[in-house]
Amino acid sequence: MAGDATSIAAADTLKPPSTRKGVVGWVRANLFNGVFNSILTLVTLWMLYKLVPPLVRWAFIDSAWHTGGAACHKVSGACWSVVTQNFRFIIFGFFPYDMQWRPLVAMLILFALLFFSQNRKYWNRFLLYAWIAGLFAMGLLMKGGLFGLAPVDSTQWGGLPLTLLLSVFGLTAAYPLGVILALGRQSQMSGLRTLCILYIELIRGVPLISLLFMASIIFPLFLPEGVTINKILRAQVAIILFTAAYIAEVVRGGLQGMARGQYEAAESLGLNYYLTMRLIILPQALKIVIPPTVSILISAFKDTSLVAIIALFDLLKTSQSVLSNPEWMGFSPEVYVFIAVIYFLGCFSMSNYSRKLERELSTEEY
Amino acid sequence: MADTTTEKIPFWLDPKKRAILFQIGVFCLVALLAYYLVSNTLTNLKRQHIATGWGFLHKESAFEIGESMIPYSSANTYARALLVGALNTVKVSFIGIVLSVFFGTLIGVARLSSNWLVSKLAGIFIEVMQDIPVLLQLFFWYAIFYETFPSPRQALHPMAGLYLCNRGVAMAFLSPHPAHKYMLLAFLAALVLSYAVYRWARQRQARKGLPFPVFWTSLALIIGLPLAVWLAFGAPMQMDVPKLVGFNFKGGISFSPEFIALLLGLVLYTSAFVAEVVRAGIQSVGKGQTEAAKAIGLKQGQILNLVILPQALRVIIPPLTSQMLNLTKNSSLAVAIGFPDFVSVANTTINQTGQSIEGVALIMAVYLIFSLSTSVFMNWYNKRAALVER
Repeated sequence: MAGDATSIAAADTLKPPSTRKGVVGWVRANLFNGVFNSILTLVTLWMLYKLVPPLVRWAFIDSAWHTGGAACHKVSGACWSVVTQNFRFIIFGFFPYDMQWRPLVAMLILFALLFFSQNRKYWNRFLLYAWIAGLFAMGLLMKGGLFGLAPVDSTQWGGLPLTLLLSVFGLTAAYPLGVILALGRQSQMSGLRTLCILYIELIRGVPLISLLFMASIIFPLFLPEGVTINKILRAQVAIILFTAAYIAEVVRGGLQGMARGQYEAAESLGLNYYLTMRLIILPQALKIVIPPTVSILISAFKDTSLVAIIALFDLLKTSQSVLSNPEWMGFSPEVYVFIAVIYFLGCFSMSNYSRKLERELSTEEY
Repeated sequence: MADTTTEKIPFWLDPKKRAILFQIGVFCLVALLAYYLVSNTLTNLKRQHIATGWGFLHKESAFEIGESMIPYSSANTYARALLVGALNTVKVSFIGIVLSVFFGTLIGVARLSSNWLVSKLAGIFIEVMQDIPVLLQLFFWYAIFYETFPSPRQALHPMAGLYLCNRGVAMAFLSPHPAHKYMLLAFLAALVLSYAVYRWARQRQARKGLPFPVFWTSLALIIGLPLAVWLAFGAPMQMDVPKLVGFNFKGGISFSPEFIALLLGLVLYTSAFVAEVVRAGIQSVGKGQTEAAKAIGLKQGQILNLVILPQALRVIIPPLTSQMLNLTKNSSLAVAIGFPDFVSVANTTINQTGQSIEGVALIMAVYLIFSLSTSVFMNWYNKRAALVER
């Protein structure tokens, strides 16, 4: 016993070999554990050495930031001037120059609402009212015509506000529609179920661009003579119809995840279909599917870029029209990198949030 | 007593009758909406003097298509032009799916690597590619090709037989030789033989418990047979090297910048999603499975083949199918950079003939066929890989 005690004490005081701890130990364990991994590390490091310095040189050292287009052509690195000189056009499109504070305020309202919505502490009735008021205020700021705001025709909307508008309003409208479709698909009524399955599978089987073509070319034919609906609204309807089918599938996953006992318990309480769904099933099912719903939001945000193909001036289209200006021709990589950074920031923060939420909502023990 | 109470229930309180009534109501609503839209459309078409119908398909198309897998000229019909577009869509989707499954698996495995650097780089790649719209990526790669690459006269020449310029990529390729046809036949024969060997080995193992090196035999067959044919023809090594003729390269095989930009964008975007699917699939197989397999004395290859993969594939296949379908649907964005895929050809057709309803209906029908056939095939495969429960 005594011998054991002393050997344990000795082991406690004996330090691990210096190659097993600290920086050296970490490098050994994570980069050079084994022959294959060592070779892999060296090859990767060599590739990074070949790739990163030229990129840094191009982007930061040899680059131009505040010059005109002509001066830019003489620079060997990146010409960021194309972004800085056309910044307001890329972001706001054709919105009247002296009124561009309005879309800016609208976007700030949206960001504030999103900021508060991401904290689960604030998930209550007031947030819902705040969203309704916020969406109304955003619409008013964009459209004008009330409270002394000069009206702005929607053909002049563009850039980042249009991208955000299409994705936020698209998701807000698609969500209830998607829930209804999912309920229809799970319904006992076979006729209704077939109708919902047909809709969902049809929409999910075709690319979004075909729906956008439909909205821009065919939809005017659907309307009676003399009635026209503006292009943005038509594209918005296409995005809503498209996103709803995907939301329906996500919500269906949540509905299928509900135990039968929940339905039976609700029935035994004497609740009818509407009350069962509203009070028992949907609150639980929708909570399970929050993370995949955020993924749908991310793809909806990315998919709005497709409206550039039917010539709506979203973020991608405004940047392309800058590039068609002879002064700035040939600087596409710089502009596209800038747009990519905007999209990346949006999507990355959403997917990060989705991961965080998944951890918070998961009831599994690890 | 019981009979009298059921008779008394009015029909609006009987759930069955109410369900039927409700459905009739919904159908009436849908039918009314459809009638309204169709009648509006018909009057509008009549007013604008647009004839409906598929007659336009047999008219002369009068437009050229940049690249085609079958002979085509502007004197051909619209139907043939659309077929060219559909084949181009199939081509780019097929190559894209193969490449993105390959790279996606590689990156997914790299993400799980014990090498910190490799794993982090794979993570960054996945995050960046997933978060940038695929349309933007297509524009980016197209711009890189067409703005930063030199003209054919100053084409980049990184290695013998390979030329990069703003007209595309030209590569040296084996010049046609009758041996190739027989090599292809030998390759197909090797595939059939390998399958037969696989069946025979499985049956023998089931009967006698004797293992057979199926993988190495098949590999030897698949490489060996075509090689033997090639040697039998005297090993023809004539290469067709691209040469600058006028303003562009002739000879070898060449790819247009549109095709390469489309393929590059689709593959990079989709392989990031495939990588996540593969990573999740491998992680879904518990560590205990590997340990148990080691404990009963299986070798490393057997553990992967017999224990890990069958379980991981079951998790991987359904989301992988939807990624393949996404790639096929995203290939429709070719219209934005001018690659003549089906949507792009149909769009030109719509612009020339004004047959917008037929054109969009064709686009939808073709993509539905692609989607349905892919999912039927994958469902069949999934059924084979799925867990057989009692």
